[in-house]
Amino acid sequence: MSAERVPVRFYQVGSFAVGNRLVSADRRNAQSDPQRANSLTSGHRACAGCGEALGARYALDAATRVTNGQLVAVNATGCLEVFSTPYPETSWQLPWLHSLFANSPSVATGVAAGLRSLGKSEVRVVAQGGDGGTADIGMGALSGMFERNDDVLYICYDNEAYMNTGVQRSSATPGAARTATTDVVGEHPGNVFGTGKFVPAIAMAHEIPYVATASVADLFDLETKVERAMSMHGARYLHILVPCPLGWGSASSDTIRLSRLAEETGLFPVFEAENGELTGSRTIRHRVPVEEYLRLQRRFSHLFTREGEVKDVATVARIQAIADRNIRRYRLSEEVS
Amino acid sequence: MSDDRPFAITLPVGSSLANKTGNWRVERPVYVERQPPCTTVCPASEDVQRWLFHAEEGDYESAWRVIMEKNPLPAVMGRACFHPCEGSCNRAQLDEAVGINAVERFLGDRALEAGWTVPVSASDSGRKILIIGSGPAGLSAAYFLRLDGHDVTIYESAALPGGMMRYGIPAYRLPRDVVDAEIARLVEMGVTIETEHSVEDAAIAMADGGFDAVFVAVGAQKGRHYDIPSGDASRVMDAVSMLRDFEAGDEPVLGRRVVVYGGGDTAMDAARSATRLGAREAIVVYRRTRDRMPAHDEEIADAMAEGVQMRWLTTIRSAQSDRVMVERMTLDDSGAAVGTGEFDELEADSLVLALGQDTDLGLLENVEGVERVDGTIVVDEHQRTGRRGFFAGGDAANIGANDRTLTGAIGQGRAAARAITAFLAGREPERDPELDPAGFDRVNPWYYSDADRTMRPRLEAARRRNTFAEVVSGLTVDDALFEARRCLSCGNCFECDNCFGVCPDNAVIKLGAGAGYQFNYDYCKGCGICVAECPCGAIDLVPEHR
Ligand SMILES: Cc1cc2nc3c(=O)[nH]c(=O)nc-3n(C[C@H](O)[C@H](O)[C@H](O)COP(=O)(O)OP(=O)(O)OC[C@H]3O[C@@H](n4cnc5c(N)ncnc54)[C@H](O)[C@@H]3O)c2cc1C
Ligand SMILES: Cc1ncc(C[n+]2csc(CCOP(=O)(O)OP(=O)(O)O)c2C)c(N)n1
Ligand code: SF4
Ligand SMILES: [Mg+2]
Repeated sequence: MSAERVPVRFYQVGSFAVGNRLVSADRRNAQSDPQRANSLTSGHRACAGCGEALGARYALDAATRVTNGQLVAVNATGCLEVFSTPYPETSWQLPWLHSLFANSPSVATGVAAGLRSLGKSEVRVVAQGGDGGTADIGMGALSGMFERNDDVLYICYDNEAYMNTGVQRSSATPGAARTATTDVVGEHPGNVFGTGKFVPAIAMAHEIPYVATASVADLFDLETKVERAMSMHGARYLHILVPCPLGWGSASSDTIRLSRLAEETGLFPVFEAENGELTGSRTIRHRVPVEEYLRLQRRFSHLFTREGEVKDVATVARIQAIADRNIRRYRLSEEVS
Repeated sequence: MSDDRPFAITLPVGSSLANKTGNWRVERPVYVERQPPCTTVCPASEDVQRWLFHAEEGDYESAWRVIMEKNPLPAVMGRACFHPCEGSCNRAQLDEAVGINAVERFLGDRALEAGWTVPVSASDSGRKILIIGSGPAGLSAAYFLRLDGHDVTIYESAALPGGMMRYGIPAYRLPRDVVDAEIARLVEMGVTIETEHSVEDAAIAMADGGFDAVFVAVGAQKGRHYDIPSGDASRVMDAVSMLRDFEAGDEPVLGRRVVVYGGGDTAMDAARSATRLGAREAIVVYRRTRDRMPAHDEEIADAMAEGVQMRWLTTIRSAQSDRVMVERMTLDDSGAAVGTGEFDELEADSLVLALGQDTDLGLLENVEGVERVDGTIVVDEHQRTGRRGFFAGGDAANIGANDRTLTGAIGQGRAAARAITAFLAGREPERDPELDPAGFDRVNPWYYSDADRTMRPRLEAARRRNTFAEVVSGLTVDDALFEARRCLSCGNCFECDNCFGVCPDNAVIKLGAGAGYQFNYDYCKGCGICVAECPCGAIDLVPEHR
């Protein structure tokens, strides 16, 4: 996938770092450009180390670049909206609209229709929201947007809970995770297993032109996917994993490391699909057991002893089984593809 | 409400740039420069990483000029240095050490092909310096003193300059045209070398020539002898004399079977040279075990690959014209070799003693104030002897740290030059800046690409080429570029843009190629992502003081 990934031609940072003075400018990430759009500019009130703020800038800067700035963003309620726009300030450096928690897909559909009727079809529309806004309250609106194949790229910033209102469980919260509404009490502490939904798979079931997942740990991959999405028309869906230091109970400096571990364990499968079919997967580079990912987060601390040894072996094994299944299902390893 | 607002905009909008989130910070990131291990262990203090940086871009001339800031003989050192840098290289913890020595040789050879030289930009100081001995220590001092604008003269007793680079290290490891070319460059820079000028008394030579300072770099020329009962017809010689005679065109008569006594690099060179001089059999006899041999592993391996035989735990008791009597040894509890009383005979037409070298300090006998201990000159960390204006270095000045290598000699030559210039100016010499170490624990290995399988064989072939002088092609341009790019740049920014990219607050300012980055503390919240994601550990997080 990301078919153009530069083959490794030398050892020093290759194409993993943001830039690389040893490769030509067109091979560098958009984020390495001092003239990048900074769609989400400084002064926003996201927590230190917020993955959502980072993911939004990555994605919208890439989209701005490929559309030459002809871009409108529609935002659902959630951290991204709240931390960026406390009146009278805004951090957005592109036309940006907020209506409600549930309706950003419908609003975006309307914006796209309005632009079309004004004859401004060169202006493209992005809708964005958190996992709560996407998987839960906005699900109906989103499904409708998919089903009508409206010309919108919908981006979900998945931090696996309702962060803005104080870390309540969403249907994207993983099993065993502690949230304000899934306390670590009883026989099965934390969130229950076997519930929830994986929206990328739901999007694929709509057989829309393009569905992809990405994370803030692999910028090259993320930017390539935004570019690919913007090269198409119709309903497109991008699901980006964005660690939340506050909600996950992780060090603010670990945001990218956690995304990377989510990918390298297999817990967060990175792939892309067209018209409902898997077309590419990001293969795991150095596979790691899930406890290395879980151990760094307080929301999973009940699975470990104080010293960091696995305490709840059965639950960790269950999470490992999910990772293993993802690896098979989304072909995340060269051995299984 | 003014009317210049866009349609449907009811409230005036301000930018969040008004909100200086920097005041949330409890820790602040700062860019640092750290000392990579390759430099820390280099006896010549070469800035390996800094010259590899230029080589990575294919800017070989700049790379070479960085080497020349510390070492005037890159083509020589790219061949004969024992490269402790590679032994300490952090990359070894990822896959394999960077082939630093091979790249240095590549750069040194490029410079000779292209005729690059270093301009003397300092104006003439009007001071005259005498250097005694034209080995690496003397040549290095001469070079740096010339760059400081002094008038430099070397007195050398031998017919040709170079010291052990010419009369010790065999030509199959260090071709003489390379030595000649690098010395010629120094001569072109204005260094005067008077060969066949043996100094009998250093103080008189200094006074007679009107010199302001003298650097004694006479090396250690006398091969150590050891009292072995030997018959009249036996041929016993020391290794340095043998190698020197051979180089001077005076081929030593060794016979078909040669026994070399000793376990250092000189023993290996003597044995390997003996096979090249026609000996059918060369046997190295060493008192202790292989792991205790002072010779470098590569040298031992090469010698054995060439058919040199090793007799460990063996000592020589007597020598006859056609054989030597040896005793088998054993190591006692303290690790010392002791005899077992078991004797054996080895057929031998000659016996070569490689037991170390001593310095002939006759030229200092009547010079007051220059202290000597164990046959070497006592100097301080700036190569100063106890006598004003008298400096010494290289093999002749064996301060504890001096492990008697070319590289050590070059480092001491530079230190002496700096001290002499300071002395002439009436001030204390400066030191190289000391930086905190750049350990592997600071590296984020994720960002460095894995060894590509197709690349590996090439890499190993390149290594081999450098080790076996028979295949002396050195690195190709592609290999050199590739090898240089394997450097992790431990502890120092190499402009990968990661910090600039990963900041959720856009609080990193990119200053442009070569200028690095700056933090914008107005907005930096101190999350530390840049620190964690810096591939090479060039950012520290320090507590904020308010
Ligand atoms: C066989 C052998 C192999 C070696 N291989 C290596 C190697 O691979 N790598 C490495 O790093 N090191 C090696 N070494 C060690 C290295 O050669 C020495 O450490 C280094 O040459 C010391 O440099 P120097 O300038 O102090 O002395 P030298 O190189 O010995 O030079 C001293 C010079 O002073 C001259 N001189 C002496 N007395 C007088 C006088 N009274 N008047 C005028 N001139 C005088 C001598 O003729 C000589 O030219 C080897 C040594 C030997 C013997
Ligand atoms: C209809 C409605 N219900 C509830 C809320 C309160 N609310 C605001 S943001 C939010 C949670 C957002 O969670 P998510 O979509 O995951 O975004 P995050 O803050 O985690 O980025 C909630 C419940 C609301 N604004 N509107
Ligand atoms: S709560 Fe989480 S998502 Fe919200 S601003 Fe803080 S880190 Fe970002
Ligand atoms: Mg959320």
